[in-house]
Amino acid sequence: MTVSELAEQLNLRVFSGNEGLNHEITNGYTSDLLSDVMGHAEAGNAWITLQTHRNVMAISSLKDLSAVILVKGFEPEADMLAQSNEEGIPVLGTNDETFVISGKLYNLLNKQ
Amino acid sequence: MMHFEFQVEGGNFTKAGAASSQLKKILKQLNVDPKIVKRIVVALYEAEVNIVAHAYKGDIIIDIDTQKIGIKLIDEGPGIPDIEQAMQLGYSTASPSVREMGFGAGMGLPNIKNNSDELRITSEVNKGTIVELITYLNQ
Ligand SMILES: Nc1ncnc2c1ncn2[C@@H]1O[C@H](COP(=O)(O)OP(=O)(O)OP(=O)(O)O)[C@@H](O)[C@H]1O
Ligand SMILES: [Mg+2]
Repeated sequence: MTVSELAEQLNLRVFSGNEGLNHEITNGYTSDLLSDVMGHAEAGNAWITLQTHRNVMAISSLKDLSAVILVKGFEPEADMLAQSNEEGIPVLGTNDETFVISGKLYNLLNKQ
Repeated sequence: MMHFEFQVEGGNFTKAGAASSQLKKILKQLNVDPKIVKRIVVALYEAEVNIVAHAYKGDIIIDIDTQKIGIKLIDEGPGIPDIEQAMQLGYSTASPSVREMGFGAGMGLPNIKNNSDELRITSEVNKGTIVELITYLNQ
């Protein structure tokens, strides 16, 4: 499933990084601890978090993640937005809580 | 033989990861095995961010030859009084503002250990820390 298909199916806002909307999503990773993501997320993952600063994009780029999903209506800070566009890694948003959006993503990816 | 050097500013999180990003590009250009690139990127990022989060400033020195990639990070900072304790998963002295950003899980040094072939840390309190990493290219 691509990032844009995911955004459509889960009704996510696309804040930035449109260039990467065709990225393939392999799986999801949910965490707000950056070193946890650094150590354990895998290439192609969509990262679900409430962190809204640019270090999220630095990690996403280093780990070749396919997208970031911000929870609970959080919006990316200006520097996160800018780096998302630079790297071409989409930042998406939802009003759902972490548990709910993680469950939805899990179901969606395991339905196929 | 190739040689690269980068500077790291303590406290400046807007630039954290810049050296790792550069090295990733270089290694890709050199056609290094993607699995090895992934490990090096994790190890260097964590060591780089540790200078930003815990020290005042530092230098990263990278030497690449046909056998291995050697990375040395030398910082001026508070040093690490008990390295064995610092290496433990979950141990962190990160400040509240650093933790608020999602750093300070005490997972960085364990990530470095898991993603390098050789790791040596030496430190002097009130002076600084030296982290040396070696990754072998052909195993
Ligand atoms: N370069 C350094 N200078 C001084 N102290 C350091 C340095 N690197 C690590 N430390 C000490 O070792 C501890 C553990 O480091 P580690 O990278 O494992 O966790 P952290 O940086 O606190 O959190 P995380 O890496 O999960 O964001 C740090 O909290 C700090 O006390
Ligand atoms: Mg750390």
